[in-house]
Amino acid sequence: MSALFASIPFAIIATGALVGVAASLLGTFLILRGDAMLTDAIGHSIVLGIVLVWLATGQASGPVQIVGAAVTGLATVVATEALARTRRMGGDAAIGLVFPALFSIGVLLLNLYARDVHIDAHTVLLGEIGFVWLDVVPVFGVDVPDALLWMAVVTAANLAFVVTLYKELKIATFDRGLAAALGFAPGLLGYALLGLTSATAVAAFDSVGVVLFLAFAILPPAAAYLLTDRLALILAYAAGFSVAASVLGYLLAVAWDVSIGGTMALVAAAILAASFLASPRYGLVAQEVRRRGQVEANENRALTVHLFQHERGPEAGEENVLSALRTHLRWGDAKARAVVARCLDARLVERSGQQLLLTNAGRATAREILEPAGRRAGAGG
Amino acid sequence: MTLSDAVHEPDLAVHVEDLTVAYHAKPVLWDVDLDVPPGVMAAIVGPNGAGKSTLIQAIMGLVRPTAGHVFVHGRPYAEQRHRVGYVPQRTSVDWDFPTTVADVVTMGLYGRLGWLRRPGRAERRQADAALEQVGMLEYRDRQIAQLSGGQQQRTFLARALVQDADVYFLDEPMAGVDATSEQAILSVLRDLRDRGRTVVVVHHDLQTVAATFDWVLLLNVRAIAQGPVSEVYTAENLQSAYGGQIALLGQLELGSQHDTHEGHTS
Amino acid sequence: METLASLAGDYTVRTVAAGALLLGVTSGALGAFAVLRKQSLLGDVLSHAALPGVALGFLIAGGRSFAAVLAGALVTGVAAALTMLLLTRRSRLKTDAALGIALGSFFAAGVVLLSYVQGRAGAGQAGLETFLFGQAAATLRSDVWLMAGISIVAIGLVLAAWKEFSAVTFDPVFAASIGLPVAILDATMTAMIALAVVLGLQMVGVVLMSAMVVAPAVAARQWTNRLGIMVLLSALFGAVGGVAGALISASGRGLATGPLIVLALTAIAGFSLAFAPNRGLVSAALLRALERRSLADRRVLGALEALALQHDDPGYPSEQGMLDAYLGTASGWRLRRLRQHGWVRRVRHRPEEGIHWRLTEAGARRARDARSEERADMRGEGGNR
Repeated sequence: MSALFASIPFAIIATGALVGVAASLLGTFLILRGDAMLTDAIGHSIVLGIVLVWLATGQASGPVQIVGAAVTGLATVVATEALARTRRMGGDAAIGLVFPALFSIGVLLLNLYARDVHIDAHTVLLGEIGFVWLDVVPVFGVDVPDALLWMAVVTAANLAFVVTLYKELKIATFDRGLAAALGFAPGLLGYALLGLTSATAVAAFDSVGVVLFLAFAILPPAAAYLLTDRLALILAYAAGFSVAASVLGYLLAVAWDVSIGGTMALVAAAILAASFLASPRYGLVAQEVRRRGQVEANENRALTVHLFQHERGPEAGEENVLSALRTHLRWGDAKARAVVARCLDARLVERSGQQLLLTNAGRATAREILEPAGRRAGAGG
Repeated sequence: MTLSDAVHEPDLAVHVEDLTVAYHAKPVLWDVDLDVPPGVMAAIVGPNGAGKSTLIQAIMGLVRPTAGHVFVHGRPYAEQRHRVGYVPQRTSVDWDFPTTVADVVTMGLYGRLGWLRRPGRAERRQADAALEQVGMLEYRDRQIAQLSGGQQQRTFLARALVQDADVYFLDEPMAGVDATSEQAILSVLRDLRDRGRTVVVVHHDLQTVAATFDWVLLLNVRAIAQGPVSEVYTAENLQSAYGGQIALLGQLELGSQHDTHEGHTS
Repeated sequence: METLASLAGDYTVRTVAAGALLLGVTSGALGAFAVLRKQSLLGDVLSHAALPGVALGFLIAGGRSFAAVLAGALVTGVAAALTMLLLTRRSRLKTDAALGIALGSFFAAGVVLLSYVQGRAGAGQAGLETFLFGQAAATLRSDVWLMAGISIVAIGLVLAAWKEFSAVTFDPVFAASIGLPVAILDATMTAMIALAVVLGLQMVGVVLMSAMVVAPAVAARQWTNRLGIMVLLSALFGAVGGVAGALISASGRGLATGPLIVLALTAIAGFSLAFAPNRGLVSAALLRALERRSLADRRVLGALEALALQHDDPGYPSEQGMLDAYLGTASGWRLRRLRQHGWVRRVRHRPEEGIHWRLTEAGARRARDARSEERADMRGEGGNR
């Protein structure tokens, strides 16, 4: 067992995976709430919290830092909301005003008072997961990396939060009004969520830095969100993607000799890209296939309706021919022919010399569209 | 001879043929034909989701139709932009935007001014004239955030008026507007009609159609019926358009029920 | 700390100040549009997304080259903006998620490239680090010339297409309906905001550049309701904050430039938010307090007037206790203040009676005026503030 923890790759991969899992457990709800950029703001501003706590207590990690971060993060959120409520600026401008200021104070304090190798601006910003194995703490006689330990604690806390308050979080995210009416205090839940996010960010800053934290929090849930509608599955997929990104990211980073945390995040981005393109339900490719199908179905319908509307009148001879489709439906030659061909194939339409006639199936299709409005009661458009 | 060389139905202010707009699986507008004669005040009515706003947007080229084409006074819409004025629904503007009433109205002239030219005295006069017409001249230097809903709407009307168009499209201009502003807007629209312009309004209030408009289109994804209010605004047509959604049919003032609508209040 | 005079004489300082000035003006002016378009966070994404571009510029140029870095940053910035657009348009992800995704992925790429550049020993690698938080002192004369050129182009474009940009920003639907090429104008504006962002990467750094596009504009908005003035003020504030921060940083105490500029700009924004006339929060609170006082005064005068009318005696002396009961609150101190204005007068009374007050002539007039003012208000525009 101790051999496992002494293994550097394991320590690094495990830490990365835990950062991903802990972050994406919360990140799922954050993106569903529309708070992704607020997460970015929190990530930046907790630098101030980290520096203040470090100056006050000399601790660069551990429970004091975690509490300090939660406080700073919440303070950021509260200040941002208060500014937005004054209505003197937009909500987005409020975010863009508060966190850079707090972050700047933090960086300046670092510049002035903390020329320490352990806690400089670079590390805080970018993390150095490669060094997590340096600080170890004995746990039940086994030497466990400090960062890994605290990351595990935070992950467990986040998991407990999500599992115990699952249905409350679910309602609060999708229907605030209902949640409030049911007494679930969506506001309070929201703050708890953001507080835990801040805590997770600080636990992770050592390994991946505060800005990359955003990537770990947002990318896996986003990829999962494009795959499924079920909340539980989104959480599960996100966790899975985080672990995969961690393993793959480490291997690639070692091969290329580049930043490990950065590569892990990049792999998560690649997973998102893959999901965006290939998701069977929501992916770009699937959308395109569906769209083509619908365009074609619409064109077929347009043809049947056009024929139906003119077939009984005296103008049928003029209207229900190929050339008329060009002028009246504004279809180019090729398109008109293609649609007619499709409809002929589908037995919606048959030829009689130059004229196009509806079959019974074609007439039924047209009637479907043209039937009285009663069936449309309440339908949106 | 291409389509744009042909003059198509020049006697109609607006001629729409086979207009179809379909997003995904749902048709929003299907095979809509619309023939609006010039010099009328026309209403477009229909239930929610009937595609009324989409019809206007498709006519104005703001939404891409799946099929069909639009002619304004005989020529394709794209060539007649300058003859068409538009008052969109009020909702999407940032009211805290730093701009005055006069500025907003002047924006109506930007298309005509073209690149690089600055609005000058002539433009200022035109803007003031439009503001005068809607009764907002005294507010010309007011921030738009300080206006009431009706005043905002009148400002947007002025923005369209300043274009001196032949055809005006308005999307629910009187929804949520106080009585004074509603009267002011109606009087401007009537004045336009009396001067021979064509006014097409997406209207939200079935009760006031017969008293206010001369011409109506009943729309529910398809064109159900269109024509003079007295002929077309009947219980039967409304039933067709609204299906079971119409509760107070008995209490509506219908086209077939009276001979004149002069001086009639609703 | 050196005196201002010796600072002004210093070559580096003059260069830094010139660069900061150009940067402040450009990012302030363009930032005004970004903020009005509700794209404040786009600046955040663009600046973080510039990191990979900066690293690429380094790699391609073989070292530190301002032009290469700018070009690289612009390319990756625009790529990030396009990514965002793609994500919002073609998937169910919302704007905030798309912003975060673009920011996170591009910044991650930047971190990886940064480590790659640093892995290859070279003189340039230390220089690359300074792009994180900015280093004003690294500005060269040639850099300033390039910045000037870019600034002139960007600002020139804004001035030339001023009315088109304003129309599209305010109401894109209407702008499209009068034939303005909304998509092109949109894209151009985004590109120019990207340009403003990359302009400041050397001085302010990747992480904080977004604030230079947001803070001056927010500050400027509080002082005016005219778009033109807002853009001008935004440029001015950007310049002031930029120069102040840059100079302090260049005075050589090892403080990164970015944070100093951001704090200067935030201070300006904070001051504007609090104290600008009309919109300022403090000003507005003061105005409200004054209004409340004026309202209370009117009520007291009104009470005196009513009692005088009741007794058909314009000089009717009302007893203070009675006034208190009539108004439902202690009115003594208010009456004393009204006396200072000359609107009421104490009336002689016998020692065992309470204090009596009456309206003076001026006070009677004031009460009448107040009444007609109120009626006009209620009839009036119904405007909402």
